[in-house]
Amino acid sequence: MGFTKVFSRPRSLKDTPFHYCPGCGHSIIHRLVAEVIDEMGIQERTIGVPPAGCAVLAYNYFDIDMGEAPHGRGAAVATGLKRVLPDSVVFTYQGDGDIAAIGTAETIHAANRGEKITVLFINNGVYGMTGGQMAPTTILGQETTTTPGGREEGRDGFPLNLSEMLALTKGSAYIERTAVTNPKNIMRTKKAIEKALRVQMEGLGFSLVEILSPCPTNLKLRPADAWKWVEEKMVEIFPLGVIKAVKKG
Amino acid sequence: MSKRLMSGNHALGEAAVRAGCRYYFGYPITPQNEIAEYMARRLNELDDGVFIQAESELAGINMVIGASMAGARVMTSSSSPGISLKQEGISFLCALELPAVIVNMTRGGPGLGNIAPAQSDYFQATRGGGHGDYRTIVLAPSTVQESVDLTIEAFQLADSYRIATVILGDGMLGQMMEPVEFPDGKLPKPPVKDWTITGAKGRPSRFIRSLLLDPVAEEELNWKLARKHERIAAHEVRYEGYKLEDAKMVVVAFGIAARIAKGAIKRTREEGLKVGLLRPITLWPFPHKIIRDVAKKVGHFLVYEMNTGQMVEDVQLALGGKGEVSFYGRPGGAVVTPLEMSRVISSRYYQKGLK
Repeated sequence: MGFTKVFSRPRSLKDTPFHYCPGCGHSIIHRLVAEVIDEMGIQERTIGVPPAGCAVLAYNYFDIDMGEAPHGRGAAVATGLKRVLPDSVVFTYQGDGDIAAIGTAETIHAANRGEKITVLFINNGVYGMTGGQMAPTTILGQETTTTPGGREEGRDGFPLNLSEMLALTKGSAYIERTAVTNPKNIMRTKKAIEKALRVQMEGLGFSLVEILSPCPTNLKLRPADAWKWVEEKMVEIFPLGVIKAVKKG
Repeated sequence: MSKRLMSGNHALGEAAVRAGCRYYFGYPITPQNEIAEYMARRLNELDDGVFIQAESELAGINMVIGASMAGARVMTSSSSPGISLKQEGISFLCALELPAVIVNMTRGGPGLGNIAPAQSDYFQATRGGGHGDYRTIVLAPSTVQESVDLTIEAFQLADSYRIATVILGDGMLGQMMEPVEFPDGKLPKPPVKDWTITGAKGRPSRFIRSLLLDPVAEEELNWKLARKHERIAAHEVRYEGYKLEDAKMVVVAFGIAARIAKGAIKRTREEGLKVGLLRPITLWPFPHKIIRDVAKKVGHFLVYEMNTGQMVEDVQLALGGKGEVSFYGRPGGAVVTPLEMSRVISSRYYQKGLK
């Protein structure tokens, strides 16, 4: 009796075990990105720009060309790459602190120039790699190592809805917010990544997918509870769905 | 070859284009805006030229990183406060061993300072400038023609050694106009770059990164960079000597200050004072050896800088106690005339009993 392989590692992922914590969304998102690259047949022309943060080691996992950016500067580095190599497909992979705090200016201006790049914005509401400090997207009341007693707007300011801000720029063509908290959302996330890359390849402008992703380690929750927390608490502040989609032509 | 009358900033931009630079990313700051303006016009004329006015110096230098990763000849320019902002990116360029040319038309500082010519960024330029253990090649032109020649050379050095190369000018050098000529004929081809990220077509995928969590790997990178710095120091020192043969006193100065000093030396020579000029063209690597050699015959070194005394430390380091050094400095954008400088030189000459 012969066996047929129905599930395997995508070609665009190396045979390297992920270092991410149990229950972290990065592993799922990496796999989705690799599946999309495989299915679109663009492994040989895709260039990734990993951030500073937990996903900095993305170049150990993706079997594509990658160039590491300084903290927050992904959109600027991607701009340089894409302008030299207009036929390539360039994406950045950035966390919430990277993109919505230290890299806000680079991101807004890349979007406003309509840079033909795709940004994958992983929003987990904390600084993961540095040990769970307040992120620009930390929600009110959320306890982090730098918001003892919970984020309080009078002291710490409000969570920042960067994707909605970016949708206001004339140069942004596609912006969607998804989550990787259940199979349905995971499939939607994959579709959104594919759509965003297509928008780039069609030359429509800047595209971004914000992906709500659980960080059980820094939320100090068990994986299943962390996923539930994202669905119940984060989605309220960061609603899922297409925020902006410019039509072709 | 015919001569054209051009400002230092425009001539530098044209030299970059002639050297094959097709990508420029910058942010406005006086007194170097004419470089960006020239590049905007010139690169737009070319099919393969790209000019972006970045939202900040930070963004500009990071666009340089991206373009260099893709294998392009790329340049940015700024002036002192803007160069401070670029230091993060310059550290990354050096860690990633990416070639790039960075122009600093230095102005008065610290802080916002002013827009007058100064040389107060010598330490920043020659000691790396950002975090970590690295150097950049630093070229200091003293004429508009030399700005042209050294800009072309900067791209070649940057590519040969995979290192960030700084052109350290000043506000005066950028603004003044002089006749210049550009080399006709073909420039040497850039070396083959087998490390770029362009999409993994027909080859294994590559990555360019500076995060080395393993201290053994990070130490290895640091020693690799150190060996590269040694090679550069051994092969790339450039300087100009002027009337050193019979000199009893030597003025050491770089850039526009050296030009003022040269005018002053011509005057003092007319008075019969045996004064020479030693002008480092590469500030890093610094011409230590020639200073030591000259010290065998010379009684006194006078270091003249448009700052409160920075390169003077390198001159002292070169001499290792085997020579007498004094300093004359005018910081904050003050520019002396050759006549004033000749008075400084001759009074020092007489004070030291060299007549």
